[in-house]
Amino acid sequence: MAGPPVQPSDPYLPTTAGEAAARGAAGLRGRPTPSEVIAGLRATSHGEDLIQLLSPEGTLTGNDDFPIEVTADLLRGLYRDMVLVRRFDREGNALQRQGQLSIWVPLLGQEAAQIGAGRAMRPADMAFPSYREHGVAWCRGVDPTQLLGIFRGTDQCGWDPKATRFNSYTIVIGNQVLNATGYAMGQRFDGVIGSAPGSEDAVTSDEATIAFFGDGATSQGDVHEGMVFAAAFDAPIVFYCQNNQWAISEPVAKQSRVPLWERSTGYGFPGVRVDGNDVLACLAVTRWALEECRSGNGPVMIEAFTYRMDAHTTSDDPTRYRMAAEEEHWKLLDPIQRVKAHLSRQGLADQEFFEQVAGEADELAARFRAHCIGMPKPPPERIFANVYTEPHHQLEQQLAGHLEYLAGFAEQDGGR
Amino acid sequence: MAPITTTLAKALNTGLRSAMEDDPKVIVMGEDVGRLGGVFRVTDGLQKDFGDNRVLDTPLAESGIIGTAVGLAMRGYRPVTEIQFDGFVFPGFDQIISQVAKITYRTQGAWSMPMVIRIPFGGGIGAVEHHAESPESFFCHIGGLRVVACSNPQDAYDMLRAAIACEDPVVFFEPKRRYWEKGTLDPELNAASSGERPPRCFSSVLRRPGTDVTVVSYGPSMPVLMAAADAAATEGRSLEIIDLRTLSPLDLDPVVESVRRTGRMVVVSEAPLESSITSNIAARVTEEAFYSLAAPVVRVAGFDTPYPPSRLEDEYLPDLDKVLDAVDRVMAW
Repeated sequence: MAGPPVQPSDPYLPTTAGEAAARGAAGLRGRPTPSEVIAGLRATSHGEDLIQLLSPEGTLTGNDDFPIEVTADLLRGLYRDMVLVRRFDREGNALQRQGQLSIWVPLLGQEAAQIGAGRAMRPADMAFPSYREHGVAWCRGVDPTQLLGIFRGTDQCGWDPKATRFNSYTIVIGNQVLNATGYAMGQRFDGVIGSAPGSEDAVTSDEATIAFFGDGATSQGDVHEGMVFAAAFDAPIVFYCQNNQWAISEPVAKQSRVPLWERSTGYGFPGVRVDGNDVLACLAVTRWALEECRSGNGPVMIEAFTYRMDAHTTSDDPTRYRMAAEEEHWKLLDPIQRVKAHLSRQGLADQEFFEQVAGEADELAARFRAHCIGMPKPPPERIFANVYTEPHHQLEQQLAGHLEYLAGFAEQDGGR
Repeated sequence: MAPITTTLAKALNTGLRSAMEDDPKVIVMGEDVGRLGGVFRVTDGLQKDFGDNRVLDTPLAESGIIGTAVGLAMRGYRPVTEIQFDGFVFPGFDQIISQVAKITYRTQGAWSMPMVIRIPFGGGIGAVEHHAESPESFFCHIGGLRVVACSNPQDAYDMLRAAIACEDPVVFFEPKRRYWEKGTLDPELNAASSGERPPRCFSSVLRRPGTDVTVVSYGPSMPVLMAAADAAATEGRSLEIIDLRTLSPLDLDPVVESVRRTGRMVVVSEAPLESSITSNIAARVTEEAFYSLAAPVVRVAGFDTPYPPSRLEDEYLPDLDKVLDAVDRVMAW
């Protein structure tokens, strides 16, 4: 017999004893506090196990599990990375508003999660991004102007994914996680993992792969299958989930009842939740995870707990689905401000440094803008280029027909 | 190796084995392809001889098979994936359409995608639902894929070698009800000179010359067409039989050339009738040989229904009588 309702007004509480039993420990443990509900975090926010090295106030602490040598140079470099990436990201938004881009996908708020992970990679490691990873692209040596073509409609990947070891953006949610897993399987078959610890090979030859995806993607079958395959083949891959709390309008509670990092235990490999707005923690944890993979202990999952401070894309309107109070709350956790606070307070950087970085950011933004506006429409041959690697008579005929058709207009317009 | 008489399945096995011997980057992956040797035994013995890093028994997930093969191809491997049955390709369809077909285009040639997706297809084996479908038209509609279908042991061997050597992704359809039919296989017949890649076999081929009606098909229906030509001959009708072999892109020149001589055409396929390869052939031949046609092109195909319960498949599939009936109709025009 069903028991009486416990607290019908709270949708996150089981209303019957049977329902409570069905939800089990995860359901009860995951019960959010009212403030978490307000913050949109719900069942997935709890966890004292969040790895944090630099507090929102700029206080540095250590973590024995994820040691990292923190120098002034390191902090200044990470600060510069984040400021520059944020600056061209803001310029991307502006270019869309001015009609120069069809769309822009802002990364605002996720600078630490991306720069930390990107700077943890070695040149030989391979990254598989989703489509918001402008910060990782920056770390891989992709020039920001090379990101523009996708959003201006002049190309679909403006960089060489082989040379940069940064794959093309992947727009179908979750697809890239399987592709990354396959790549990592290949690294294992090639024997480029597990060299003797401390040996030269361990530093120069061993490789790992990192797959970037969001909280929404964790619901995709491909992410599940990627984790199943990675576990079955002991693939050296880091599953790097940026939980930015929102999949367009859907909060993470729509994707999961348990914290996302805990899913890794179901596949039999470790998971870590890191403060995704703490660039040092993201760097230290990702370094550790990549090294685990290179040494043959992969896979590893990281949940970078962060926040999408802007809209999903420039086409989106977050005021329809989330409260301003939530955005204000996260502004206090800004990933750049805490590094700046620490640098200032500890005397590791002076005003001249901050002004120099700001000036550099403005120069980058100006170059980004000028490049964007100058990007021409591709020629008609582009429609048919590289559909296949080998000759294809059908497309050759269609190209010839299309050019002939276009030439007809040129003749009509002749003399103008 | 001298010419031998062997089954289509064994010819595929021989083709896989020789490709793996020639190129250490060729790997085989799929469900039950390793220890079991595949549910049709096409990969029989390969894992024993090449090891489990080259013949991968994968978890039971088709998107996983295709999606990881993409990453392996990026890593320099040449994956030959097996989808166990035609009706099971759809969990992998997203990866095939969204990634396999588009990666070379997206990256403007930075990545090529040299992978083969083997799919046993077609009906006639009394199977349960999802085990007798003909999904080839879906793949022909996608730029970036090549789609082929073999119909006999020699082609099975030659075309599989060519598909593995191809830098483009090839969806490779195998007529499952012909797996156990025997024919001659001469691996040297179309072999590459040493150091060269295997020759292209992605072309249509004339199987039997004739003068009255051009009859075209591919894969499992080819023996039906040959039997129809024999039967028609006893009535004094001469059928010209063409095996398409390549479904995308089509190799239409031999077909158009034939229709210009015969003036009549029948196109046969097990796949549903509409928006299909048979539709496309009819349209293309009408475009290119309109003044040669003495009658409208007639299509013989499955119905636009799900594949029926197998006790009814003899009514669903194009058989000898349906083909001869179509020949009667184009001749009577």
